[in-house]
Amino acid sequence: MSKATGPPDRRAGTNLGTHLGTRAEERLAWLLCMPAVLAMLLVTAYPILYALWLSLFRYDLRFPDERVFVGLANYASVLTSEVWWQAVLNTLIITVGSVSLELILGMLLALVMHRVLFLRRTLRASVLIPYAIITVVAALAWKFAFDPVTGFVNPWLGLDRAWLGERWSAFLVIILTEVWKTTPFMALLLLAGLTLVPKDLLDAARVDGANAWQRFFRVTLPVMRPALLVALLFRTLDAVRIFDTVFVQTRGAQDTETLSIVGYHTLVTRLNLGLGSAVSVLIFLVVLAIAILFVRGFGLRLSRGGQT
Amino acid sequence: MSALRDIPCLLCVLAALTGCDKGPATPPTLSWYVFDEPSGAFAQAARRCGEASEGRYDIELKPLPADADQQREQLVRRLAAGDDDIDLIGMDVIWTAEFARAGWILPWPEPLAEHARAGRIPSTVDSASDGGRLWAAPFTTNTQLLWYRTDRVPAPPRTWDEMIDQAERLSQSIGKGASIQAQGERYEGLMVFFVSLLASAGGAVLDADTEQPSLAPEPTRTALRILRRLANSPAADPALATAREDQTRLAFESGEASYMLNYTYVWPSANANAPEIAKHMGWARWPAVSPERPSRVTIGGINLGVGADSRHPELAFEAAACISGIDNQRIAATRGGLPPTLEALYDAPAVRDTFPFADLLRATLRDAVQRPRTPLYNDVSLAITRILHPLAEVDPERGPARLRAAVERALRSEGLL
Repeated sequence: MSKATGPPDRRAGTNLGTHLGTRAEERLAWLLCMPAVLAMLLVTAYPILYALWLSLFRYDLRFPDERVFVGLANYASVLTSEVWWQAVLNTLIITVGSVSLELILGMLLALVMHRVLFLRRTLRASVLIPYAIITVVAALAWKFAFDPVTGFVNPWLGLDRAWLGERWSAFLVIILTEVWKTTPFMALLLLAGLTLVPKDLLDAARVDGANAWQRFFRVTLPVMRPALLVALLFRTLDAVRIFDTVFVQTRGAQDTETLSIVGYHTLVTRLNLGLGSAVSVLIFLVVLAIAILFVRGFGLRLSRGGQT
Repeated sequence: MSALRDIPCLLCVLAALTGCDKGPATPPTLSWYVFDEPSGAFAQAARRCGEASEGRYDIELKPLPADADQQREQLVRRLAAGDDDIDLIGMDVIWTAEFARAGWILPWPEPLAEHARAGRIPSTVDSASDGGRLWAAPFTTNTQLLWYRTDRVPAPPRTWDEMIDQAERLSQSIGKGASIQAQGERYEGLMVFFVSLLASAGGAVLDADTEQPSLAPEPTRTALRILRRLANSPAADPALATAREDQTRLAFESGEASYMLNYTYVWPSANANAPEIAKHMGWARWPAVSPERPSRVTIGGINLGVGADSRHPELAFEAAACISGIDNQRIAATRGGLPPTLEALYDAPAVRDTFPFADLLRATLRDAVQRPRTPLYNDVSLAITRILHPLAEVDPERGPARLRAAVERALRSEGLL
């Protein structure tokens, strides 16, 4: 690197004392990263810390003068509330339902895309279409499809039901919307993983007499495990933070309130900055815990060397 | 030299840009944030008042969503941020206390307030007042009536128990079409239902000073008992738990119901969509809880407030007074089907043509009940509807205590809702 860009005297220094050189390079690296780090701190660390700070107050935007420091009372209030735990359960239902379906469908799609011999590009591009559609538009489209008056689902199934008017059918519609929308993303990540599997490894397994199932579960899956975990992690984090689909389709009615909807109601509808910030911080902690679980628990590595 | 000659011209342009121009100034445009009224009656009122001001102001409509919660959501964000574009606000009656005490709207100065109160039905003035001051000009109002099928129901029921008894008997003879349509979804409509029922039973949600919950055990238990009885009766619609005003209207128009509690808009709607049903549509006062005490029904409607950060507050007051004047109320009534707040209009022939039930409506409005007058109304409403939904599982014995505890928490803005 320094050979190409650095002036001659510095190159000499690098060559002479490697220890000194790496330190200088490290400093240079930090210097080069600085603008990005500062920007990140400004746009992520500051809001997070500000939310943490706000969550320690009783603070209503309508009455800014009545702001009082209450310590952790907001957290106690959230964590003892049945609304919060109901939302945790609802979010869990949507997350598990959508991610597991997406994993299965995404894997099937990835296998098809991996094997297909003709129209490869067309297929890959067309699979991506749902993912390219804005979530709000997709959610509205599914809402209209399941609407008892304007929708086509009831006539097709010969039913007459208000899908979004009941809890479990509303969950079904929400999960299906999510699956339809994000399966392509899952499929692409899994496809990237499939291409990691060396062909000779599969050939060797075949020579050893492994059938298709065994080759898939014993060879392909273990080799593509890192890609699989990344795909699962991304989708799980997305699903836990789900907001737009639920907001558009039920607005949290019929007991389909998710964590983000609870946060939204507290912050935006009730203008309760303290309590709302506490909810936001708790959602952040949940997301963090899931990420840590994936990285520590399942041994996911996001940098190089994930295959070892 | 040519550059020098251009200077006066440049100054001209600058003057025009900065507004120092001595020529005829364009009048300020007042922004009126109000729900997107479909008939165009509000747009007509805005245009008429702009013209009547003789060039002193124009009014531009800024349409908000039809749903009151979404209107409030969009407004409070702007108001809390001190948006100076908000001159006039079409305020739902439940926002008065919140907007007033948050300092988002201006109180009406006395000579104007006196004028805005004159001739209005007292309960509509009450809906725009807080702390003894008027915060908005009463513009349109609304309340629920009991609608029933004259071909199935010989005489309208006077009380809730009577209505449920009638409907249950009716359902044995005609089956599905006997149902009572009411709003049981978990939303503001359920709060309206509960407040009407509680007030009719002689209770109130908040104390007189609006700082503490009232919810006296006896009337609260009675109200909850009726809610529970209705929800578990064969006379209730199976979809009661998800019914809003519009679902109940549709059910009635399809002939599947014999009773409906709903606002006055169902009358023009039925005449347009289901003339066969409209022929047999009767109206009566919202049922009472006991025969001795007439019912008290929740009041709704839109009042006109002036934004606290408005750049033209004097003009905005003037415009609000014009929009809520008698001519524009008549237009809103005849064209948009929105009941007027001016008492005299209930005797006007054009209005009586639109509302053949004008006398009943006026009588109901005179006894109307206000929803809890607190800046935390939204929280109180959410807390109550969360406990009452679904109606079929309301517990008349433990309910009053649970409601009181929830309202107490909401008034301290504690806990999630």
